[in-house]
Amino acid sequence: MRFARFCGMTALGLIAGTLAAQAETKLTIATVNNGDMIIMQKLSSAFEKANPDIKLDWVVLEENVLRQRVTTDIATKGGSFDVMTIGAYEAPIWGKQGWLVPLDDFGADYDYADLVPQVKDGLSVGGKMYAAPFYAESSLTFYRKDLFEKAGIKMAEKPTYAQIAEYANKLSDKKDGIYGICLRGKPGWGENMAWLGTAAVAFGGSWFDEQWKPQFTTEPWKETIKWYLDVMKKDGPPGAAANGYNENRALFATGKCGMWIDATVTAGYLYNPKESQVADKVAFAPAPITDANPKASGWFWSWALGVPASSKNAEAAKKFVQWATSKDYVKLVGESEGWIAAPPGTRMSTYSNPEYKKVAPFADFVLNAIETTNPAKPTVKPVPYTGVQFAAIPEFQGIGTTAGQDVAAALAGSSTGDQALAKAQASAERTMKQAGYPK
Amino acid sequence: MKTKPRDKALMTLLGWGVAFIVFFPVLWMALASVKTELDAVATPPKILFRPTLENYAEINQRADYLKFFTNSIVESVGATLVCLLLAAPAAYAMAFFPTRKTKDILMWMLSTKMMPAVGVLVPIYILAIQTHLLDTWAGMIIVYTLMNLPIVVWMLYSFFREVPKEILEAARMDGATPRQQLLELLLPLSLPGIMSTALLSIIICWNEAFWSINLTASKAAPLTAFIASFSSPEGLFWAKLSAASLLAIAPILVFGWLTQKQLVRGLTFGAVK
Amino acid sequence: MTTSTIPSPKAAGFSFRRAQSRATDTRPLLWPSIFVLLIWMIVPLVLTLYYSLRNYNLVDPTVTGWAGIDNYTYLLTDPSFLTSVMNTVVLVGGVLISTVVFGTLFAVLFDQEFWGQGAARLFVIAPFFVMPTVAALVWKNLLMHPVNGLFAYITSSLGLGVIDWFTTMPLFSVGIIVAWQWVPFATLILLTAMQSLDREQMEAARMDGAKAVARFRHIIVPHLARPITVVVMIETIFLLGIFAEIYVTTSGGPGDASTNLPFLIYKTAILNSDVGGGSAGGIVAVVLANIVAFFLVRTVARNLD
Repeated sequence: MRFARFCGMTALGLIAGTLAAQAETKLTIATVNNGDMIIMQKLSSAFEKANPDIKLDWVVLEENVLRQRVTTDIATKGGSFDVMTIGAYEAPIWGKQGWLVPLDDFGADYDYADLVPQVKDGLSVGGKMYAAPFYAESSLTFYRKDLFEKAGIKMAEKPTYAQIAEYANKLSDKKDGIYGICLRGKPGWGENMAWLGTAAVAFGGSWFDEQWKPQFTTEPWKETIKWYLDVMKKDGPPGAAANGYNENRALFATGKCGMWIDATVTAGYLYNPKESQVADKVAFAPAPITDANPKASGWFWSWALGVPASSKNAEAAKKFVQWATSKDYVKLVGESEGWIAAPPGTRMSTYSNPEYKKVAPFADFVLNAIETTNPAKPTVKPVPYTGVQFAAIPEFQGIGTTAGQDVAAALAGSSTGDQALAKAQASAERTMKQAGYPK
Repeated sequence: MKTKPRDKALMTLLGWGVAFIVFFPVLWMALASVKTELDAVATPPKILFRPTLENYAEINQRADYLKFFTNSIVESVGATLVCLLLAAPAAYAMAFFPTRKTKDILMWMLSTKMMPAVGVLVPIYILAIQTHLLDTWAGMIIVYTLMNLPIVVWMLYSFFREVPKEILEAARMDGATPRQQLLELLLPLSLPGIMSTALLSIIICWNEAFWSINLTASKAAPLTAFIASFSSPEGLFWAKLSAASLLAIAPILVFGWLTQKQLVRGLTFGAVK
Repeated sequence: MTTSTIPSPKAAGFSFRRAQSRATDTRPLLWPSIFVLLIWMIVPLVLTLYYSLRNYNLVDPTVTGWAGIDNYTYLLTDPSFLTSVMNTVVLVGGVLISTVVFGTLFAVLFDQEFWGQGAARLFVIAPFFVMPTVAALVWKNLLMHPVNGLFAYITSSLGLGVIDWFTTMPLFSVGIIVAWQWVPFATLILLTAMQSLDREQMEAARMDGAKAVARFRHIIVPHLARPITVVVMIETIFLLGIFAEIYVTTSGGPGDASTNLPFLIYKTAILNSDVGGGSAGGIVAVVLANIVAFFLVRTVARNLD
C-alpha cells in the first residue's frame, strides 16, 4: 500500500514538473569538475538572471565518468543532456556523425574571428563548428629555477629531448626527495599515451600511416619509448607507472620534481601560491623537440561545449553555449574571479588584454604554444587523421588505452620497451581489422 | 566466565589496537577532510595542523547535498520495499511448496547476479530510454530491485525455512488459507529476518556506483554521483574528496552501526542464531 | 542456456522440503510473483545474448549486422583473456582466504571481554559501509602513494625504503583494499556466530587443560563452519564483480597485471565502444561464474544444512 501511495506521489510530482516546464525551459548541462568549469557553474546565475525563462540544471562529474556518460547518451539518442562538455577528440567524430547541432550562427557579437584558429578548426568538420571552445591547451616544459641554479645549469630556449635527459640527471637528488623529471605513467589514452604520442611526433613518428597501419613498431616510437624508460627509471619518481596528470601536479606543486612536461593550463595553478608551494620558483620552456622534427610542438587539446542533436531545447542550449564561450564571459570571470582564472587558450582578445597579461606572465608563451600546434597536419609524414596526441577516430580510445597499459608495464619493469610496443602493435592491428580499416 | 584483570587489560590493548588499524583509513580520511589541500598531500604527513571547514563550505556551495541525499534515501528504500513485495511470495512458494524446478530457479537467480554491469550498460540504457525511465526515481528503483532481487529471495527463502513447519501445519488444520498463513503467521514470525534483509538491501543500493551514475543525470542522481563530482581529474582534490566522501558515507555508517545486530541476522541467511 | 551449467543443489547437499500434497492448489496464487521475477531476470540476459551476436559499435553507426560468433572468438582469442580469468580467480581466492582468516581471528578477539568492547566493534565494522570508489581513492592517494602516502613516509623513516605498491604488486595491492572492505563483513557475521557458542563447553575444555590453540581448533572452528560458508558464498558473488577498486587504482595495469574479467569487459564495451564484444563478455562471465559457483557449491555448501 505504501508503495502505491509512493507511486502516486511520484506521478503527481512528474505532472507538476511537466506543468512547470511549460513556463520555463530547463537545461541539463553535463560538465567536468575541473576548476574552470566550476567557475562557470558559479557564474551561471548571471545567465539565468539575463534569461529568466531558462533554468539551469547541472550534472558535474569526474572526467572519465563524464566521458562515458555523455558518449552513451548521445550515441543512443538518450536526450538526457542539453549541453555537453566534450573534448577535441569527440567533437569532430560526433560532428561527422550528425550527433551535434552546428554552432555557426551565433552572430556578429560572438566574433568567430577572435577564436584561436587552431582551436576552432579542431572543433569543426567541413568548415562547420560543432562545439564552442571553452578553454584550450598545449603542453610545455615546467621547471624549477632554483634547482637549475643549484645544479649550475641553464634551460635551453628550445630544449631537445637529449638535453632534457641531461638536465634531469643533474637535477635529481633522490636523498632529498627531488626527482629530476616527472612524467605521466598512468595508463590511458588521455594519460601516458597523450604524453608519449606527443613525444613520438617530436621523434618523427605518428599513430598510423596513410594506409591506417598502426605505427608502434616503427623507429620513432622505439626511440621515444627508449628515451622515456631510460629517463624515468633513472630520474623519475617511484610509482611513476601510477602517476597521471593529477598525481604529477601534486608532486610538482609540493616541490618533488625538477621538471615536468605537461599541459599549459597548469601554469595558472603552479603560479598560484594557494595551490602550489613552488609558485615563486617555477619557470617554463617549450615542449621538447628532436632533430627528426625540429618544428614539433606540444600537444593540442580543448574542452568545448556542444549541443546534442537529441536535445529538446536546442535553441535555449545554444543561447547558453554562446554566453559561456563569449568574450563577455571571459571578462566576467576576469572581473569576479581575478584575471588569472580567465579561461585560457580560446580567444585572441584574452591575450591582448593588458589585465590578463599583467597577472599571467606565461600568457604569450601559452598562446604561442597553442598557435604552433597543427592538429590538421600533425606529423612529419602525411597521415590520414587529425590530432597530435590522439587520432580522431572512434577506435583510437581503445587502442590508446591498451597501448598505454603495455607501456606502463614496461615502465614498471615487467617487460621491455620493445616488447610493449610489439604488444601494442598487435592489439592495435586487431582492433583496426575488426573495425574494418582501411575504410 | 570471568576474565582475569591482567588478561582483560591485554585484550583491551589488542582489541583497540586492531580496531584502530582497521578503522585507520576512515580516520585518516576524516582528518584529511579538515585539512587544506596542500596539508593533505604534505610529506611528512601532518598530524598537527590547523583544522579548517573550508572544504565543507566549498562542497556546500558547489552541490546540493540534500538533493543527492534525498535521492539516495528514496531509491534505496523504494527498491528495497519493491524487492520485498516481489520476493516474499516467491520465497514463500519456494520454501513451502517446492517443485522439481525450485532448486534450479534458486541457483539460476544467483547466477544472474554474476553478470558484470559494464557488459550490459548499453542494452539497459536503450531500454531505459524507450521506457522513459532514464533519470527517474522509478527507473533507479527498478534497476536496484533487479539487482537485489536474487539476494533478497535467497535470504527470505532461508528465513522462511527456519520457521517451524508445525506452526503452519496447525494453522492449516484450523482452516487458515495460504494467504492467511503467509500474511498473518509467516510474516510476523520472520519479521526480524525480513528487517535484516531490508537493511542489507538498503546498504547495497546506497553504495552502488555504476548504475546510479550511468542511468541518472540531475533529477535522480544519488550520493554516488555526488562523490563522482568531487573526484576531480585536475589538481589537488583529496581534502575536498575526503569531505564529500565523509558526507556520503556518514548516513549509512550511522545507520549501519545502529542496526548491526539485525544486519548480522540477515547477512548469514539465518545461519547464525 | 545458463540453466544447463547450474549445479544441482541437491547433489551439493541441499535438502528441500517435500511439497505438501494439500498445498498444490496454492501454487497458482504464488506463481505470478515468481513469473514477474523470472521476466525481470530474463530480459537483460536475452538482450545481452542478442547484442553479443550483433556487430554494434556505439560510436560508429556504420558497423551493423549479425556477427555470428565473431564477438566470442574475438574475446576468447584476446591474449589478455586468460590472464584476466586467472587474475579474477586469484583475486577472489586471495580475498576469500584472507577475509575468512582475519574475520575468524577478529571474531574470536572481539568476543573476549574487554573495556570498550562495543565501541571497538563498531570501529572494526565501519569499512564495510564505505563506498568502494571512496575506499580505493583513500588507499591509493593518502596511504599507498609512494611519494605522498603515509606508508611511504613510515617505511622510509624506518629506513626500509619505499614500497611502490601499485607498480610492483598491483594485484596484491588491489587485494588489500578489497580485503579491507570485506574483513569487517566476515568479522561481523562470525562474531555473531560466536555468541551462540556453548560457553560451558569452552569452560569445561579449559578446566580439562586444553590449550587456547586446541580450544580454537576443536571447538571454535567447527562451530564457525556454517557461517564461514555463508561468508564465502556471499563474498564470492560480490568479489567476482570487482571493478571500482581496479578502475580507480591501477586501471588494470601495469600491462594486464591487475586486469580482471569485469575490467576486460569494461575495456571492450566502454573504451572500445564495442557493445557486441562487451555483451559477449557479459555472457562469458556469467558462464564462468556458474562454473565457479558449481565448484563452490560442491565444496562448501554441504556445511549449509
